[in-house]
Amino acid sequence: METAVDESIRKHVRVYVTVFIALMALTLITVTLSTLHLATPVAIVVALCIAGIKASLVAAYFMHLISEKKVIVAALTLTVVLFLVLMVLPVSHFADRGL
Amino acid sequence: MEIPYTVEPRPDTGLYNAKLGIWLFLASEVMLFGALFSSYVLLRVGATTWPHGYEHLNIPLATVNTVVLITSSVTMVMSWASLAMKNIRRYRLYMGATIALACVFLVIKGFEYAAKFEHGLYPSASTFMAIYFTLTGLHGLHIVGGVIVNSYLLGPGSRMWKTDPARFTNRVEVAGLYWHFVDLVWIFLFPVLYLL
Amino acid sequence: MSEAAPGAHGVVHTDQHAPQGFWRTYVFSQDHKTIGIQYAITALLFLLFGFTLMMIMRWQLAYPGQAIPFIGKLFGDSRAPEGIMLPEFYNQLGAMHGTIMVFLGVVPLAVGAFGNYVMPLQIGAPDMAFPKLNMMSYWIYFVGGVTMLSSFLMPGGAAASGWTSYAPLSVIATVGQTVWLFGMICLITSSLLGSVNFITTIFQLRAKGLSFMRLPFFVWAQLVTSFLLLLAFPPLEAAGVLQLMDRLAGTSFFMPSGLVVSGQALANTGGGNPLLWQHLFWFLAHPEVYVLILPAMGIVAEIIANNTRKPLWGYRSMVYATIFLGFMSFVVWAHHMFLTGMGTVISSFFQATTMIISIPSIIILTALFLSLWGGSIRFTTPMLFALAFLPMFGIGGLTGLPLGLAPADIHLHDTYYVIGHFHYVVAPGTLFALFAGLYYWFPKVTGRKMNDTLGKIHFWLSFAFINGVFMPMFIQGLAGVSRRLYDGGAMYSHAQGVMHLNVFMSVCAWCLGLAQIPFIVNFFWSIRKGKKVSDNYWDATTLDWAATTSPPMAHGNFSPLPEVYRGPYEYSVPGNGRDFLPQNTQAEVH
Repeated sequence: METAVDESIRKHVRVYVTVFIALMALTLITVTLSTLHLATPVAIVVALCIAGIKASLVAAYFMHLISEKKVIVAALTLTVVLFLVLMVLPVSHFADRGL
Repeated sequence: MEIPYTVEPRPDTGLYNAKLGIWLFLASEVMLFGALFSSYVLLRVGATTWPHGYEHLNIPLATVNTVVLITSSVTMVMSWASLAMKNIRRYRLYMGATIALACVFLVIKGFEYAAKFEHGLYPSASTFMAIYFTLTGLHGLHIVGGVIVNSYLLGPGSRMWKTDPARFTNRVEVAGLYWHFVDLVWIFLFPVLYLL
Repeated sequence: MSEAAPGAHGVVHTDQHAPQGFWRTYVFSQDHKTIGIQYAITALLFLLFGFTLMMIMRWQLAYPGQAIPFIGKLFGDSRAPEGIMLPEFYNQLGAMHGTIMVFLGVVPLAVGAFGNYVMPLQIGAPDMAFPKLNMMSYWIYFVGGVTMLSSFLMPGGAAASGWTSYAPLSVIATVGQTVWLFGMICLITSSLLGSVNFITTIFQLRAKGLSFMRLPFFVWAQLVTSFLLLLAFPPLEAAGVLQLMDRLAGTSFFMPSGLVVSGQALANTGGGNPLLWQHLFWFLAHPEVYVLILPAMGIVAEIIANNTRKPLWGYRSMVYATIFLGFMSFVVWAHHMFLTGMGTVISSFFQATTMIISIPSIIILTALFLSLWGGSIRFTTPMLFALAFLPMFGIGGLTGLPLGLAPADIHLHDTYYVIGHFHYVVAPGTLFALFAGLYYWFPKVTGRKMNDTLGKIHFWLSFAFINGVFMPMFIQGLAGVSRRLYDGGAMYSHAQGVMHLNVFMSVCAWCLGLAQIPFIVNFFWSIRKGKKVSDNYWDATTLDWAATTSPPMAHGNFSPLPEVYRGPYEYSVPGNGRDFLPQNTQAEVH
């Protein structure tokens, strides 16, 4: 029993190291890309996509969200939906305002 | 009467109390930073001109800070894994490293702020500087909060390992969830403020 | 401590129910019932204070420019020289009345007090999931409240930019506004900690057998309310931080470029957006409306089921309506902003969501009305208040529909019609429900019931006068009288036809104040002298009535923890010896 737990934790640790390497690589990529001074809309999409991937890795593996219970997943889904509403807020402000 | 499910999970939800609690707290944090990001977008879209982050801010320092914070997230999760493997000495090592890295982050941040102040760039200088100081300042306060909690868990709080190891491991896990969230916020702040 | 001292040599208190000192038992208590009582007392005092502010304002509205009798001189020259109220002081009273009633009075009473005391009992829990956090919530609320009150003593007085604190007015206001912001941040933090605690408790500490569809409706209302507080309050906290930065660090988040105040150009850099504050404020403040109303609906549902001796009609529909209502409340905020230059496409969208959100409210209200059908109603004091809630909330809700439609809102926006509308929702609506709850759960808390004669006097007088205060507001509003006017509109020719109503409304407001005296007398008299009653005085089915009356002031409401075998409202089930089956009765009683 004891060794089975230890073995699963060791597997976790290997995943952590892999994710750490991936995060470092993505940081390097996003910083390198920023030196190219891409057109602003392109730069925004690329940078936010990379940030999104990094954040997903942290949430999924460091925060164990990938194997989390459904109560938490449900609460977070609701939060994400309302977060998106917040992100739409500026759109609702500028759209159709005749500016 | 003891409050149930402080250590063992409740069968139907599969969670112990503090884990649900911290996730709910993080959900509210998502909405807090979400509102600030939303304000940033609204102000930036409405502005006639908006500087690129790299014109005003120090990208190399911020990149180092990104590496520091991500590394601290790894050491944090390793400290939990050490406890799960019943290794308190390794836990102390990793937790100590987490706190040290957090302090490094704050010191670097302090240098960044000082450099801005030297050039007369206060929050009142422009909307860009205003949002930069507000977002990084609030994030910095979250780091300070994390350092306090983690220091407690490294120092006096770790006595619980002797009396109630399962509960102590849970506490470290909960503190870790908060710490990863602070890291996660920075992962967005870094490109949004510095790179775009 | 003194009891434990004599002859205590070598006696080790291993028992966790060991008597605690006065401070731990009554002040820094971690017991949900004590904290609930603390919330109730504090919130009731704030309600009284907030109401007093309004009674002072009503003098100025009824008799503009005349010295306030008796107490006028007490306010000092900076507020009311010679007892005549200054416009600045009027604005402070208005802003603080709104803030205190909403954030320090109604929400702490509905959620902090009733939620804390009743909810854990109703789900059969020994306490809240995080007792220390619960204590912190109360004390942070307390600090926030004291901070708010202290703003009256600041140079320039309290916050005076309305309870909405619209920028840029609020940014250039005197230091009282800064204190208001610190107070708000405390209150928001307290609410956030509280809601984390409530949700965790409801998910984790439900008694065995108490599935979600067996939860009393009150618990459902508290659950959805907690989610609203958890997810809608942070944006206002963010807005508060930004406004603090504007005021203290000289930033311009809410300050547009080229702002000129009193002929002077402001020094700030500009580039901000005043409407950003409105977006963030209403992102909270619309869900806040449901934070105000849902616990009230929960209380009314409990009392109606109990006093009609019938199951609630359409319990499931009510639950689903509540969840839907909670969700929809996040996508209607801009209906408060139709007049900010919004185009027709976006205003149509928010108009549509606003009409949609009225549907679940109507479902809940209809279900409560239908629950009365065919019941043998007991007209107890709590039931009278609960019954009055239904038409009063109905008036409040229906008068809201024209405000949700952009074309009608252009005329009605910022008039007394709006004031009438939301006061009908919150005052004769929510507050009546809260009074109902106080009368209903008083026997559980104290072991004694409140006097019915005084209760009925309190009810009928309050009911008459509160309508006298708010009904004329619709007439004034439809005539185009704006809110927040120092003289109540006397300077405008279009208002002349309806000005005479001001005296009537003010007299009603003061009489409403007098009508609370029977309640206050009753409350204190009944604590000591009220008729002693049994644990389950109302013959109710939910678990709160299975706990012993006035449960012990330390963790542990039940011993052992109850088990649940049935739904929450099994009243008048045929074939039983009595007309109610408590949730924890296993076998049917014959």
